[in-house]
Amino acid sequence: MKIFVCTKQVPGISEVKIDPKTNTLIREGVESILNPNDRNALEMALVLKEEQKAEVIALTMGPPQAEEILREALAMGVDKVVLLSDRAFAGADTLATSYTLALAIKKILKESDSEENYLIICGSQAVDGDTGQVPPELAEELGIPQITYVQKLELSEDKIVVERKFRATEIVVIETKLPALISVLTDINKPRFPTMMGIMKAYENSNVIYFDSKNLNADISKIGLNGSMTEVKKIFFPERNGKRIILEGSPEEVVKKLCHHLQEDKIL
Amino acid sequence: MDFSLTEKQKMLRKITRKFAEEYLVPVAKESDEKQELNKTAFKKMQEMNYFGACLPVKYGGAGLENDTIGFCIVIEEISRADAGWGITIAVHNGVAAYPIYKYGTEEQKQTFLEDLANGNKVGSFCLTEPNAGSDAAGVQLTAVKDGDEYILNGTKIFSTSGGIAGTLLVVAKTGDKDSRREMTVFIVDSKTPGYSVGVKEDKLGVRASNTSELVFEDVRVPQENILGQYGDGFKMAMRILDFGRIGIAAQCLGLGQAALEASVKYSNERVQFGKPIGRFQGIQWKLADMACAVESARLFTYKAAFIHDKGEDFGTASSMAKLVASEAAMQAAHDAVQIHGGYGLMKAYPVERYFRDAKMGEIYEGTSEVQRMVIAGNLLRKGV
Ligand SMILES: Cc1cc2nc3c(=O)[nH]c(=O)nc-3n(C[C@H](O)[C@H](O)[C@H](O)COP(=O)(O)OP(=O)(O)OC[C@H]3O[C@@H](n4cnc5c(N)ncnc54)[C@H](O)[C@@H]3O)c2cc1C
Repeated sequence: MKIFVCTKQVPGISEVKIDPKTNTLIREGVESILNPNDRNALEMALVLKEEQKAEVIALTMGPPQAEEILREALAMGVDKVVLLSDRAFAGADTLATSYTLALAIKKILKESDSEENYLIICGSQAVDGDTGQVPPELAEELGIPQITYVQKLELSEDKIVVERKFRATEIVVIETKLPALISVLTDINKPRFPTMMGIMKAYENSNVIYFDSKNLNADISKIGLNGSMTEVKKIFFPERNGKRIILEGSPEEVVKKLCHHLQEDKIL
Repeated sequence: MDFSLTEKQKMLRKITRKFAEEYLVPVAKESDEKQELNKTAFKKMQEMNYFGACLPVKYGGAGLENDTIGFCIVIEEISRADAGWGITIAVHNGVAAYPIYKYGTEEQKQTFLEDLANGNKVGSFCLTEPNAGSDAAGVQLTAVKDGDEYILNGTKIFSTSGGIAGTLLVVAKTGDKDSRREMTVFIVDSKTPGYSVGVKEDKLGVRASNTSELVFEDVRVPQENILGQYGDGFKMAMRILDFGRIGIAAQCLGLGQAALEASVKYSNERVQFGKPIGRFQGIQWKLADMACAVESARLFTYKAAFIHDKGEDFGTASSMAKLVASEAAMQAAHDAVQIHGGYGLMKAYPVERYFRDAKMGEIYEGTSEVQRMVIAGNLLRKGV
């Protein structure tokens, strides 16, 4: 049994800065972190590993500096980490990214015990792009079932039973055979801190495996900027118009005034 | 010369900072008031392997025995959150666990290190006595040979973690009544009959850290528990403190960093005369001086760690680091309170605690005067 966890390195601030000329993120002076939601995915994988026999493999596509988040994943306790890094991968949108990730997963599966089953766990979305598209696209690339927005999972031999959050208050319970892909929500678990021993191990006794476009036998037209169907026309901050009204009076009066305003603005 | 940290050291900083902000910062004020380490934090600190920071993996440690800069970074980040925890971990590792690893026999390592590494036993270093403070050679606790054992009698004071310790390094006088410096260091288990904890000190700062009086009444210690050579205890104690001071320097550094960060934040937020106080030159000069002091502390501390790891004579460097870092922390904390004005004196802000904590560093593990004595003594003896 293999559990793949797809991770991403993202800027570590809530308000990203954008270069108005190139429409790209300004990365200078911004700390890079492991996408917070991916920690939940890693935590779930590591709990499964403790409960059952499984090998946990964390993957990311990114520049060589993305090694840092993979080391962090190793320090948390994953068994193997793979970095997909190549200039040709640069500028990938979610489609090109999931194509590349799928190639890597297929390659790893091909090189290991072919009978082995597998599960892919992703965070639901990354805090930078916030599209939530990679998990479904990756499942499509691999032709396996996908369940998004998972908050609970039970794994038994060749199937999983999961709780999928549906709208705000409803839960759908879904069962599917493996292999499968799930994307998990934040707050479903409390990701562990890497211990000091974990950090030592991550830097001293472990290697990061590198894949590039050549050893993935990638179709050049499907990776990086070439393989991207989306084009960023413009990135901008939503304008804030400073309209602010302070309502005063007793609670009853304030509520009345508020309703009045909302009706005026056609919200109620 | 290359000042960059390794990727591993950067990760140690990042993770320790995040951990400390989550588990130590929220309870720091309460621990200061209650004068004890928070129990949940204690368990978490054990899980994170901080008690075994500078012990080899082989003995259950985290493996920083040859990476003292990494060790300093860990102490620095813990102290940035709570200097009381900082001194606890610095002392446990620096002057209790590490000396057993460095100078102990294989049997002693097997016996004592595992419990120290996982924090099931806390370590303490016991040198100071009522009549032996700066003048460490004045130790009066005696150890008298009786068969294969030594019988310890006397009192130690001001032992960090003494009241919660499981394993103690005790410096005892083993020479004649009139001899000075003829001492021996013993490893003592706190379960040994005749040993008891006396007064727990009520202190100005680092209040979460336990500081206790320890009483030895006919405490029998087997001779296998001698650390290093019989009669060589004074030198041994000085060597232990040389390394310990690097950890204390790192503790002061983290505290200075906390004071600086709080001050920068407050200077941007607090508005007087229509602008943030950070726009006033009077505040800016303070911030600049604090930043320089803290950075000097960092450079001195890492340099001492670097020299230690190269296997060179690091005594002067560690005294310099401890002196510079403790005085930097005091300056930074002093200015931090000033920058915060009246709020700086209130319990609602952490800077009054930093101020109290910082004063401690100029006294324990050798006062600033003693550091200057050591530095000057080495200069005069060995040359510049
Ligand atoms: C919180 C805390 C934790 C401690 N932890 C430990 C511990 O874990 N283990 C341990 O053994 N001890 C510990 N100590 C003891 C500490 O190391 C001593 O307090 C310190 O070394 C000073 O000794 P003293 O208090 O007796 O002061 P004194 O030696 O009496 O000094 C009084 C003053 O005289 C100055 N002075 C003394 N001699 C000279 C000189 N020759 N020239 C110039 N000035 C001089 C000193 O600098 C100081 O200003 C701790 C103390 C504190 C407060």
